[in-house]
Parts: sequence; structure tokens; C-alpha cells
Amino acid sequence: MAARLAFDRVACLRGDRLLFEGLSFALEPGAAALLTGPNGAGKSSLMRIAAGLLPASAGTVERDGGTAFTGETAALDPRLPLADALGFWARIDGGSSEDVARALDRMAIANLALVPVRMLSTGQRKRAALARVIAGRAGLWLLDEPGNGLDTASIDRLAAAMAAHRAAGGIVVVATHQPLALPGAVEIPLGARR
Amino acid sequence: MSPWGTIILRDVRLAYQGGGALLPLIFFLLVATLFPFAVGPDGPLLAKVGGGALWMAALLAALLPVDRLVAPDAESGVLDQYAVRGLSDEGIAAAKIVAHWLGFGPPLMIAALPAAALLKLDGAVLGRLELGLAIGTPALAALGVMTSALTLGLRGAGALAGLVMLPLAVPLLIFGAGALGPDGMGALKLLGAAALLLTALAPFAAGAALRAGRD
Repeated sequence: MAARLAFDRVACLRGDRLLFEGLSFALEPGAAALLTGPNGAGKSSLMRIAAGLLPASAGTVERDGGTAFTGETAALDPRLPLADALGFWARIDGGSSEDVARALDRMAIANLALVPVRMLSTGQRKRAALARVIAGRAGLWLLDEPGNGLDTASIDRLAAAMAAHRAAGGIVVVATHQPLALPGAVEIPLGARR
Repeated sequence: MSPWGTIILRDVRLAYQGGGALLPLIFFLLVATLFPFAVGPDGPLLAKVGGGALWMAALLAALLPVDRLVAPDAESGVLDQYAVRGLSDEGIAAAKIVAHWLGFGPPLMIAALPAAALLKLDGAVLGRLELGLAIGTPALAALGVMTSALTLGLRGAGALAGLVMLPLAVPLLIFGAGALGPDGMGALKLLGAAALLLTALAPFAAGAALRAGRD
């Protein structure tokens, strides 16, 4: 898996507020980064810049190897059964229903495969969104607050999935307030300058 | 299947499953039913103005689903996921137009049959109406998706949508209704030209709106 993410002197301006500037880092296959900082420090904005959803106000972002992103929203059709909703993204990513079954198994929600997404609880929906990331074949995982709403067993499963992804040469970038097992991760503190 | 085919299939399925595809049809038939009550049951008069009334009904029916075409996907993060995967905004807009037309155009053309009977349109006028709708509904679908993308995230988007969309649809109404007469071939060609222009421009306008709305 060839993945790469490099920020070169990136700045982020939201409205007339400068969230950060001169941010540079490079992540090679197997690496991980942990974004930390208080609310409003620009963690989600940095995630969206890394995902290509927001243009950087200055500097350049290099991305390689496909990107998987999960934020506040699960992006799953509420009326569809979970397996079908995930299957849609798997087909777009060029995968199959086996990828979905494997990802459901990894997040321990295989028993919910036939349940419509709107019936899922917050934590189950979060796990479903993570299963969407796992089922895809992207090298770069961008996870914005992946631990929100997860129970401890699910957090362990998430940590295991991230470790497996890095072992296969993938990159993981996580923004979180919760302690997450991410050994050897580069810490990127935001909002420290003020 | 390519991602575009998958996206179109999903949108069509959602339109038919959610019953959203049914609403414009019922509205269209309702107008066709109400019109004789307002104008009176005078057969020749209805036959004379009925075709134009059906074009008006088609235009307003096209306006109904506008607030549900793009907004749900924006709220649930589906549009963001498309963008993360590098799918172009113009492509997404074009796929949405195709999907919306499949859920709107053919059913409307079928509904035009009973509607024409209610308004005592004769066979020749009905034929020209169906031909006009076949040419005009893709442009109405394109305008609908474009308006939906342009008004995305605005408060009172539904009310604004009418003000954005209806003026742009005026050429379709003029040439569509003009093509109903016995010497309507010229108007039909102009309808084709107007529809082609709108359908070709809409994906770019909608794509730019989707890109601008992402922040």
C-alpha cells in the first residue's frame, strides 16, 4: 500500500480568524499522526484540508494512495439496511460485499447487517462509519473524533484496526480528545500559539 | 459498474423508495383535474387551452422536489464522501440530473395521458405534448438539480428555489406550449435548442455551486 501525506507550510484562515499557519509535516507509509488541541483550535479544519474538502489558505498539501475520511456524519442512507448502505460505498471504491462483511466483522456489528441505518444507536452508527473506512481500500485514513460514542471494547477494536492498517503500509491521522492507542504517532498540537 | 452508474442507480432507487417520485405526479394530475373546475366543462375551450395548462403544471411539478434533491446528501455527508474520493462535482451534478430525470420525466409523460383525457386534448395535440415533454423534461430536471445546488444551505431555500428556477424555465414553457399547435415544428426545434442549452450548462453551474458550498 503506497500512501503519503505531506503538509508544507499550510495555513488555515476561517473567516478572519487564523487557526494555524506554517504547519509542515510529512507522513510515510506506516506512520500515524495525532491532532490535539482545545475546541476550535482547527483540528476538524485541518482534517478537511487533508481530505481535500477545504482549500489551504496558504501552502501545499500532497496526498497519495487514496483517502478515507470520517467526520461527524456517517454518510449512510438511513432507510437502507446497514450492509446495503456500506455496500454502496464499497462498490464506488471498487470493492465487493466481502469487503463489507469483513469490515462489519472487524467492528463487531455483523449482527446488525440487516438493520436499517436509522435504527442504529449513536455508537453503532459511529462503528458503521468506521466500517466504511475499513471496507475501502484507501491508504490514508483521516478520522475526526473516531472514539466519540464508542464503548471501551469498540475503542480497542478501532485501535486494532488502525494498527493493522499501519502494518499494511497505510497512514492514520486521528483528531481526538480521548486517549487512543496509537504507538509511535507524531503529535501535532494545535492552538498552542495563543 | 463505474462509480457514476452506481451513484445514478442509488439516487433513482432512493427517489422511488421514498415516494418522492410520486409527489410531482400527483400534483400534475391534480392540476389537470382542477383546471376544468375553474374554466368550466366547455370541451372545445378546454381542448384549446388544456395543453398550455399541462405545460404550466409540468413546470410547477418540477419545482416540488427541488428542496430534496441535493440537501439530504449534503446533510448526511454523502457529498463530502464523493469529494474525498476525487469524484468531480460536475460529474456528481450530472449523475444527479440523470437520476432525477429517470424518476421524473417518464412518469410525468405517462401521467400526461390521463391528464390529456381530462382536458379533452385530441390525439394529435397529445402526441405533440408528449414529444415536447420528452425534449423538455431533461431540461426541467437539470434546472431542478442546479437550483437545488444553488440554494443549498440557505434558509427558506424552497421559496427561493421558485424565484431562481421559474424565470430560467420560461423558454421551455413558451416553446413547449408553442409546439402544441398544428404548425409547431419550428417551436419544437427551438424547444430542443433551449433544452439542450439548459441541460448542458446545468451540471457546470451545479458543480460550481456544490464546490462553493463546501466549507
